[in-house]
Amino acid sequence: MSARRSRPAATAPAAAGTALPAPRRAEAAAGEPGRGGAAGGREHRRDLLRRMLLVRRFEEKCAELYSGGEIRGFVHLYIGEEAVAAGVLAALAGEDNIVSTYREHGHALVRGLPLDCVMAEMLGKQTGCSRGRGGSMHLFDVSHRFYGGNAIVGGGLPLAIGIALADKMRGRQGVTACFFGDGAVAEGEFHECMNLAALWRLPVLFCCENNFYAMGTALERAQAQTDLALRAASYGMPAWPVDGMDVLAVEEAARGAAEAVRSGAGPHFLELRTYRFRAHSMYDPELYRDKAEVERWRARDPITLLADRLMGAGEIADTDVAADDQAAVRAVEAAAEAARAAPAEPVSDLTRYVYSERPA
Amino acid sequence: MTATAPATAPVTEITYREAMREAIADALRRDERVFLMGEDVGRYGGSFAVSLGLLAEFGPERIRDTPLSESAFVGAGIGAAMAGMRPIVEIMTVNFSLLALDQILNNAATLLHMSGGQVNVPLVIRMATGAGRQVAAQHSHSLEAWYAHIPGLRVIAPATVEDARGMLWTALQDPDPVLIFEHTSLYNLKGTLPADAGATGIDRAAIRRPGGDVTLIAYGGTLTKAMDAAERLAGDGIGAEVIDLRTLRPLDDATILGSVARTHRAVVIDEGWRSGSLAAEISARIAEQAFYDLDAPVQRVCSAEVPIPYARHLEEAALPQPEGIVAAARAVAG
Repeated sequence: MSARRSRPAATAPAAAGTALPAPRRAEAAAGEPGRGGAAGGREHRRDLLRRMLLVRRFEEKCAELYSGGEIRGFVHLYIGEEAVAAGVLAALAGEDNIVSTYREHGHALVRGLPLDCVMAEMLGKQTGCSRGRGGSMHLFDVSHRFYGGNAIVGGGLPLAIGIALADKMRGRQGVTACFFGDGAVAEGEFHECMNLAALWRLPVLFCCENNFYAMGTALERAQAQTDLALRAASYGMPAWPVDGMDVLAVEEAARGAAEAVRSGAGPHFLELRTYRFRAHSMYDPELYRDKAEVERWRARDPITLLADRLMGAGEIADTDVAADDQAAVRAVEAAAEAARAAPAEPVSDLTRYVYSERPA
Repeated sequence: MTATAPATAPVTEITYREAMREAIADALRRDERVFLMGEDVGRYGGSFAVSLGLLAEFGPERIRDTPLSESAFVGAGIGAAMAGMRPIVEIMTVNFSLLALDQILNNAATLLHMSGGQVNVPLVIRMATGAGRQVAAQHSHSLEAWYAHIPGLRVIAPATVEDARGMLWTALQDPDPVLIFEHTSLYNLKGTLPADAGATGIDRAAIRRPGGDVTLIAYGGTLTKAMDAAERLAGDGIGAEVIDLRTLRPLDDATILGSVARTHRAVVIDEGWRSGSLAAEISARIAEQAFYDLDAPVQRVCSAEVPIPYARHLEEAALPQPEGIVAAARAVAG
């Protein structure tokens, strides 16, 4: 099963917007369905578009609410990276587990966490999915097997390993998908976890969202070897890069990888090459990258890419795209209004959930 | 400490190490969700031989050797606990727990609150702690106070064979993370247990020796030193009451304050460095809540504020010793 990759180092990010290599796999894992399989119908593709639009409009609303002071703290927008969440999560089932990062609004929404609860959490309300204690970086919903936004880079990786270990020991079906960024690859914990997952053949799908920047540090300024899939492959697990702006390519790759993991083939690794169009967080003046680079990537906006493709194939009309977009805007506006009206957690409950509550 | 056994249960002599091993084996037999994971716990038999022989009975799935990846396997224990298992993670010593500190603090202790009560972490982490074996600065830490500082954790320190046998099972029933500190000087400690010895509580401190003149507050590896000091003080006609804290977070204020209300004097013994120590916290609580009960200032006997040195005489001078405890007690009881 091991896929040793021999491709040269990744294209430098400055040129990557236009010169991204075509997604491919060094060696195919068994059981990968082609595009247009069970989940590959026209309605499914439109759903992918809808999910990405929802994330985009949600994030834009968050930026607006942040500017207005209704959302505070650290907020990391997913704009530009929507194809990764939409594509990977489309390949997962309800029995699968998700561990995410602090840039996780998109993962949460696509996974199906109720929009109202996610928005209420942004506003720190009692009706938020973490009762206002987590905020933007710590969205949780155990009923969706969504085990959090983790705000320590690399900090979610060991949790994913452990959840997968429990599933394996209990004979439970389920893939644990673990999202993290290119920055995490520089953490020692990343390498500990790659080794442990491969050594114990754990059912983990590692989803590296390579947006080419660890906050303000460009990939090639932080990594001696910038081919991240190659580094994962060195631990003896199949690993390959994927065009993270192409949601259909992401879904296809994730579906193949998830099925291999599910079949007992051990951990798999996807390097999803993507780009954030906005700043790292709301405090970031973006001194570290030039506008031309951002524009090159914006030319491959994942939403436009899919919409153009579906319209070109005659699957949908531009009025359908506009209608879906309007629906997303309305849903987000309604969620924001509901969140504003939602109650705050009483201060008398401040110290709840430090320890489990047990019957007296 | 001698156990008071019912007449029907024969009393056996056992070491602290064997008692801990029995506790682990018992938990593995009683609950299929329990497994032991850590460095050299399997084939090697445990760095301190606690898990010796368990691999043969329970197999490599449940006595799981790990690579030297503290952050990964401690975090994996957290994840496995989140997903329904009851892991016992052994960190070889507290010194190496620093490599997993992020997982312990930012995940194990924090997930429940950060998730609004959704994600609890029923994990037990065991680790050896303390100095006294001439293993020098990097292998001699006593960092219990660091962990006892953290809301969301329970921190316990069995100091007797009864507690080595009994605290683990209770810790495994806790829905939240529990850290067990085992002082390396205790593994060869001998004691007696009834054959049917079982779980002990993890909420309360214990009075190991009653006395009316001064309260000596100790835990883990310093308990035997405090008991030794109490014996010497008795020779001088000073009745020292010895409290074994047992649980370092949450502290059992009631037992501490109740004793101080009787003796009016307190000496806190702590192998941690004095500044910012558990001894500091306990002294503050006594000052806050029992100031008018005191007939003398609270005294502390802690480790000297140096990295623990190798040479025997220097190491001994750096650590709390019975002589220092006796001197502190005499100073307040005089």
